[in-house]
Amino acid sequence: MLSLIVKRVAAAVPSLIGVVIVTFLLTRALPGDPAAYFAGPAATAEAIEQVRVKLGLDQPLYVQFVRYVGDLARGDLGNSLTTGQPVGQELRSRLPASAELTLLGLLVSVAIAVPLGILAATRPNSLVDHACRAISTAGVSLPVFFTGLVLIYVFYYLLGWAPAPLGRLDVFFSPPAQVTGFYLIDSTLDGNGEVFLASLKQLILPALTLGIFSLAPIARMTRASMLAALASDFVRTARASGLSPFTVVVTYAFRNAMLPVITTLGMVFSFLLGANVLVEKVFAWPGIGSFAVEALIASDFAPLQGFVLTMAIMYVALNLAIDILYGVIDPRVRIEA
Amino acid sequence: MSQAVPLLEVSDLTVEFSTRRGVVRAVTHVDISVGKGETVGIVGESGSGKSVTSYAVMRILDHAGRIAQGVMHFSGVDLIAASEDEMRSMRGREISMVFQNPRAALNPIRKVGHQIEDVLRQHSQVDSSALTGKAIEMLEQVRIARPRERYHAYPFELSGGMCQRVVIALALACRPRLLIADEPTTGLDVTTQKAVMDLMVELTRQQGMSTILITHDLGLAATYCDRVIVMERGSVVESAPSRAIFTAPNHRYTRKLMRATPRPGISLRDLLPEDGAASAPVAGALKSPSNGKAGTPLLVVEKLVKEYPRKGAPGSLRRVLQRKPASEPETFRAVDGISFAVNRGESVGLVGESGCGKSTTSTMVMRLIDKSDGTIMFDGMDIGVIAPKKFAELPLRKRIQMVFQDPTDSLNPRFTAARAIADPILRLGEVRGRRTVRARCEELAVQVGLPLELLDRFPHQLSGGQKARVGIARAIALNPDLIILDEPTAALDVSVQAVVLNLLADLKDSLGMSYLFVSHDLNVVRLLCDRVIVMQAGRIVEQGPTEKVLFAPQAQYTRDLLAAIPHPTFM
Amino acid sequence: MSNVALPGRRGASEHGLFAILRHARYILGENAVTAFAFALFMLIVLAALIGPYVVPYDPLASDTAAALKPPSLAHWCGTDQLGRDVLSRVIVAARLDLMIAVASVALVFLMGGLAGVAAGFFGGWTDRIVGRIADTIMAFPLFVLAMGIVAALGNAVQNIVLATAIVNFPLYARVARAEANVLREAGFVHAARLCGNGEARILLGHVLPNIMPIMVVQMSLTMGYAILNAAGLSFIGLGVRPPTAEWGIMVAEGAAFMVSGEWWIALFPGAALMIAVFCFNLLGDGLRDIVDPRRRT
Repeated sequence: MLSLIVKRVAAAVPSLIGVVIVTFLLTRALPGDPAAYFAGPAATAEAIEQVRVKLGLDQPLYVQFVRYVGDLARGDLGNSLTTGQPVGQELRSRLPASAELTLLGLLVSVAIAVPLGILAATRPNSLVDHACRAISTAGVSLPVFFTGLVLIYVFYYLLGWAPAPLGRLDVFFSPPAQVTGFYLIDSTLDGNGEVFLASLKQLILPALTLGIFSLAPIARMTRASMLAALASDFVRTARASGLSPFTVVVTYAFRNAMLPVITTLGMVFSFLLGANVLVEKVFAWPGIGSFAVEALIASDFAPLQGFVLTMAIMYVALNLAIDILYGVIDPRVRIEA
Repeated sequence: MSQAVPLLEVSDLTVEFSTRRGVVRAVTHVDISVGKGETVGIVGESGSGKSVTSYAVMRILDHAGRIAQGVMHFSGVDLIAASEDEMRSMRGREISMVFQNPRAALNPIRKVGHQIEDVLRQHSQVDSSALTGKAIEMLEQVRIARPRERYHAYPFELSGGMCQRVVIALALACRPRLLIADEPTTGLDVTTQKAVMDLMVELTRQQGMSTILITHDLGLAATYCDRVIVMERGSVVESAPSRAIFTAPNHRYTRKLMRATPRPGISLRDLLPEDGAASAPVAGALKSPSNGKAGTPLLVVEKLVKEYPRKGAPGSLRRVLQRKPASEPETFRAVDGISFAVNRGESVGLVGESGCGKSTTSTMVMRLIDKSDGTIMFDGMDIGVIAPKKFAELPLRKRIQMVFQDPTDSLNPRFTAARAIADPILRLGEVRGRRTVRARCEELAVQVGLPLELLDRFPHQLSGGQKARVGIARAIALNPDLIILDEPTAALDVSVQAVVLNLLADLKDSLGMSYLFVSHDLNVVRLLCDRVIVMQAGRIVEQGPTEKVLFAPQAQYTRDLLAAIPHPTFM
Repeated sequence: MSNVALPGRRGASEHGLFAILRHARYILGENAVTAFAFALFMLIVLAALIGPYVVPYDPLASDTAAALKPPSLAHWCGTDQLGRDVLSRVIVAARLDLMIAVASVALVFLMGGLAGVAAGFFGGWTDRIVGRIADTIMAFPLFVLAMGIVAALGNAVQNIVLATAIVNFPLYARVARAEANVLREAGFVHAARLCGNGEARILLGHVLPNIMPIMVVQMSLTMGYAILNAAGLSFIGLGVRPPTAEWGIMVAEGAAFMVSGEWWIALFPGAALMIAVFCFNLLGDGLRDIVDPRRRT
């Protein structure tokens, strides 16, 4: 077991190295003058020169790289042009907002997609099955930003059920005492029911948008792998041994079917983290995605680089967790390791 | 024959499947009866409906199938009228089933001990604390060594034979009265097959169980069954006690099956149906003395070795973590220094069980993979030193060709039969021009007995026998000197096998080729080969003229192999 | 020794273009959904080809007097904040979006597909290098990487195409590699070696044609993803710039107005996006059935 974890962590290291190199190259191998990018569109020639020297852009590439890695190790991701604040600090303060949203979205989607996929597989050609297939195909076709807008239009503008999409909390409320940064958890810890409800109301639409977006691949994969499991030889043996339908579907078919679904989660996270950026823009959500988008509009480069790097590192960590989880569940992987 | 009411009585059973092309009848008006303690064999080739019949009895047909007609009674219970709950309580407890392909039949991520417990928990009143003990007891009964340890094993950690024993344990755990075994030994080595069959028979007789054994292997049915039912294309053609079926078969199809089964004491021609309807192309003498430069060595192999790094060998990191020395050698010798020769015009058999290294040897001789050590001399030239990639470009490539085991796998699904046969001609032959190439393909098709109109079909539109012929036509297209045949008839029905074996013998004689015939089936080798080589664990155990080795074997292993072949006592 | 005799017609009619077209008609006739998807696809292609010539209004012409008008007889899809006709813009945008999709898919098939097949077939260093490249790309959330690439290289359509191709490289490489790996051990590949085929010829003539069905399905799905990707990038201000008509950027422009009730500015381009991507997804399955000879009867 330990050797499994060690092996997987070791395998993640090259990915981290690759990420660092790529983010470095993204800003150094730009067409044009990197100093001009970092100095900003309004900079004069002297200002650009100053920035060039300050950031060491006049040094040879490998020296720059060493300096870059050194800065990263200290958590220094540069400073934002527009706010003047260290990028690292901004990212850290905004991360919980994005994380809360993404996790809730994933929860919503798994809670709907997995049962849907299982039902569709156990009742082939029924209404549920057709609905599942339709949702899977339609779901991957919906542009996530469009879904968000339509939800706002229907539930806020037309029906008035949802609050205005203006961020995590209505102006009348103040955020709960910071423990995790997750408003839902913090307000529960605080015992503050009002804030909990208010945060939840703001969370519903964007989480639903993300959920609808990631519903499709999970439902499709669950259905396909349940079908394969139900048609397998070992389920035939289970049926021929007279085991109860529950045992056959859950203990035999479902556990085996979940393995490919877990591997799909990696891909789903990739989509979710990307979709996060778009959803944050639509709902004015103060997370790291909107931070990056604002930086883009202002041609502010350091935050963008910091954002890409942070997202990538989070993603590598997530994939590592998924790999280890898979290894724990599948004895074939665990024992060979 | 028992006079009492039969345990299982099936009359007029008809099973239909709804497919995209309409309704297909897989089983028509079938009658089966099994008495208490009786072992009944259902024998048939592919498409005979034997498996579907058993699925119908258990009521585990898949969605598209339904029982259109018929009456089925098991110990007084009407199997057709019974509800799903009633059927479920009978499955595993009264009627059990053992399937083909044992490793796939077990849940890959669940310990085998737990799988046995699941069945026990479902059906019996055993107290939950006693379940584990009972499961270990079952493992003991099926002769699995170290049952306490093996209780915690996963299927992928066990061999094929051991997996099948676990499946038998599952099936017999609740002491059912009827056991249905659907091709339980297909895919297992012949020695493992004997062990598994003997075990099944012993356990069922001990508990007075009735058994239905479904198989395509007549010899197996004759050895282990009291009565045999023969099925062809969904109907029962004959049903009689074993001795009667084998000594005096009535129906034309039964006789054809009997004749087509390779057995000692007959010749190749005897495999074919009596009316001679087979499209044997050339009437040649059986195992005629080779012509031309007969007897001189064509292929000489000396001290051939093939090593592989051992799978799962601990890498350096793991060795550091484990802090103990590696207990097993790091390489695995698939072929461990063998020497043999194939003379011109000769047919040499290379036999052994799975993992003995015969396929590795043939692939090295084919120059598809590299050897680790030793020499391979072909017609006086050392071909072992030529790398596989280089060999493909030499004119020498034409002279050694191969017929593969799985006809489906060895044909490119996107090539028509004609294109597949033409491939060697286009690449290595000196023939040019579409019409000339096409003419040559047609000539070859005639030689192998493939109807010309099938030349433009794709592999999925051809039957198994037709695909085999395409593979053979491709192999002989360039008039090779040596053909290596890797289990060429293993995937074919026995009646098709009879025709293909005769075809191979005729071609060898008319074209003056030599064969290296790799097989696990000693009866087939006996019919086709002049000399035979027996391999075990990468070494040659015995070699010599076929009659001598198979009638008077020197090595113990050869004797074990021969003893493991099912042979009924009355034959 | 034939079993059920299937009527076969020998000769040239079994191969070539006619056979494929005839089989295509059979597949389309058999499956209504595929036929529907195909019809939709033709509609989109039509819009892309002749759209700019048949639209009622100039997509770039602004008319502030007629701004923010809801759908009416004069403007079937209403007008946007600059008075431009939404319908005309939606139709004209089809060309740009389709071009981006096709270019991205072609590029990634060439890069990823070939690299993957070579990696799966030859193994060794080819496999290791392609694997490293794919792993490095896969370490990023794909849209984030696309953002980074377009931001770094500059706001231009060709950079969207390049970014989409790079971001999809690992998927194609992996699918192609897995298929080639399986086929590497197939009997007919060994047989082809025996017939004197060199490795390159086997790769291109034997292996590649057999993985085309799966690649074709993948390509159709990627078309849909490429359009969504381009739209997403445009939505956050990368790539396409106003006043160019592109579905994503139109949704972005209309987003602010959605909240205040002028739904038509964002809805119609968004619906167009949905329909196009949906069509490509459905098409993928139908295309696979046409290309795979195992489905021919």
